[in-house]
Amino acid sequence: MTFLLRRLAFYLFTAWAALTINFFIPRMIPGDPVKSLVSRFQGQLSTDAIHSLYVLFGLDSDDSLWDQYVDYWRQLAHGDLGLSFTAFPSPVSEVIGDALPWTLILVGVTTAVSFVLGTGLGVLAGWRRGSWVDGLLPVTTFLSSVPYFWLGLVAIAVLAGPGSFFPSSGGYEPGLVPALDSIFLGSAVQHSLLPAATILISSMSGWILSMRNMMVTVAAEDYITVAHAKGLPERRVAMSYAARNALLPNVAGFALSLGLIVGGTLLVEIVFSYPGLGFLLFRAVSAKDYPLMQGIFLVITLSVLVANLLADVVYLFLDPRTRKEG
Amino acid sequence: MSEPVLEIRRLSVDYGLGDSAVRAVREVDLTLHRGEVLGLAGESGSGKSTLAYGLTRLLPPPGVISGGQVLYHPVDGPPVDVLTLSPAQLRAFRWAETSIVFQGAMNSLNPVHKISTQLVDVIRAHQPGLSRPARLARARDLLRLVGISADRLDSYPHQLSGGMRQRVMIGMALALEPQVVIMDEPTTALDVVMQRQILSQLAELRERLGFAVLFITHDLSLLVEFSDRIAIMYGGRIVEQAPAAQLYGAALHPYTDGLLHSFPALRGPRRELTGIPGSPPDLRAMPDGCAFHPRCPRALAPCDSRLPTLGPPADDPGRAVACWLHPADEVVAR
Repeated sequence: MTFLLRRLAFYLFTAWAALTINFFIPRMIPGDPVKSLVSRFQGQLSTDAIHSLYVLFGLDSDDSLWDQYVDYWRQLAHGDLGLSFTAFPSPVSEVIGDALPWTLILVGVTTAVSFVLGTGLGVLAGWRRGSWVDGLLPVTTFLSSVPYFWLGLVAIAVLAGPGSFFPSSGGYEPGLVPALDSIFLGSAVQHSLLPAATILISSMSGWILSMRNMMVTVAAEDYITVAHAKGLPERRVAMSYAARNALLPNVAGFALSLGLIVGGTLLVEIVFSYPGLGFLLFRAVSAKDYPLMQGIFLVITLSVLVANLLADVVYLFLDPRTRKEG
Repeated sequence: MSEPVLEIRRLSVDYGLGDSAVRAVREVDLTLHRGEVLGLAGESGSGKSTLAYGLTRLLPPPGVISGGQVLYHPVDGPPVDVLTLSPAQLRAFRWAETSIVFQGAMNSLNPVHKISTQLVDVIRAHQPGLSRPARLARARDLLRLVGISADRLDSYPHQLSGGMRQRVMIGMALALEPQVVIMDEPTTALDVVMQRQILSQLAELRERLGFAVLFITHDLSLLVEFSDRIAIMYGGRIVEQAPAAQLYGAALHPYTDGLLHSFPALRGPRRELTGIPGSPPDLRAMPDGCAFHPRCPRALAPCDSRLPTLGPPADDPGRAVACWLHPADEVVAR
């Protein structure tokens, strides 16, 4: 328990540091970004919006830096990340809120599926070393070295096109209104098939490879020989002794990859013009939408931290050696 | 002498296949009698551990048994050849009839499972009828048997000292009251005080439960005190076999003699330590004749061309030696 509290304190500190850096970065941008933005929007910004931009960029010259900092935290506490320029006048939190579920569901589900499938195949390949499963390894190694986005481009070129079942871009049929009905969900699933397959194919092989190698390493441990000598059923030796121990590094890797879900598949989303967070970040960067970029970075940072915390907790459960008493 | 419980007949073990195979154990004959402690000693690489792994069919690849028989005599019923058991029969045989305490005291327990899990799962695998409370009670008994308090059942291996872990392993080895316990350097990783404690405990347990022990070590001084009979291995073969006191008092094979003069005696008059010159033979290119002759201070004419057979020397039928200095009367195996 103490261990967990210590970790929690560490992550809180890291989160504070990340948010503080997030506060300072725009204030270090040379020049007056607000003025250039105001001129770009040619008077479409209300005085309120201009003021909030000044606060956001730290150009609110009436206030001291400390007051600005306090103000920044107050805004954050209310979930107020400022207004987006590109989607003006929507607040950043709303823009991110619209994009986040797309990424979470698409990449979240594929990451989980690829982890489960890859680890399962890895256990099989490691335990039955020299069987047909080993024949998969060169193929998976090749696939894991292919970048996501390139695989996506190939998938679009080969599978998508006029009249094809697979749409080449977007998250749902244009013209549909997002709602939880069967037509919309069906369309969303149809649109997610190609990107999901792309991510699955190129990320699964990594899990297979690492799990197989850990299995081979663990299978040489003394306690595996002991388990055999004890006359335990083969299944129990493979699962409860070998796979259970070999799983540890993979689980840590999985928790970390959860943190990368939010921002990690930017290129896939760009290739498929998928309405997720990665595509949003891409658009924010090309439109110099600073508040939006700031907000997305914030979300990515926090999700990485949460995933790390999750990894610690899971590890605590799986490996008794990390549980220190006292 | 009592009846045999485990008979190893002309057992050979190779590493690898075909011409490049290394023959680590060569036609070994060895008999373990009910309730005795048989010590097996030799240098590193002499094939001691390979023999133990071979007779329990636990050889990791590329190890293969290339010939021989391992006859196990159950308490009731006809003897069975361990090497021809089906996988299911083998699983049932393991641990219930022959358990093993391994070399790596530190790594024999799975670090992610509690002691109780690891004690209980072997009982459950072999006695599925036993209820969970009964299994746990048995596990507690086993810990008490080896002098560990029963509340350690909920500990993880890393919370125990090396000596305690090895005791847990010994307790685990006795879980199903096997007839034979093979101990492969069980105390090598421990300090001498702990070695002594564990060995005396083991002697006491054997007295009480009556299992036979095949005790493998490179430490001949341990064996002299602890075992009834001692077999000496060199280059994959048994070169001498005798009751412990006789072997210590008057070794026949020059290699045994060399081993005995490689460590100080614990009791009795002081002796000069000489050691054995040279190094162990290369198993890929064994010398012709007796494997020991290049290092032997007393090599004779036939030593480098003809292989001496293991048999009783002329004056003493109770022991066996494979040496041209003491040619066997007749070729009697075992």
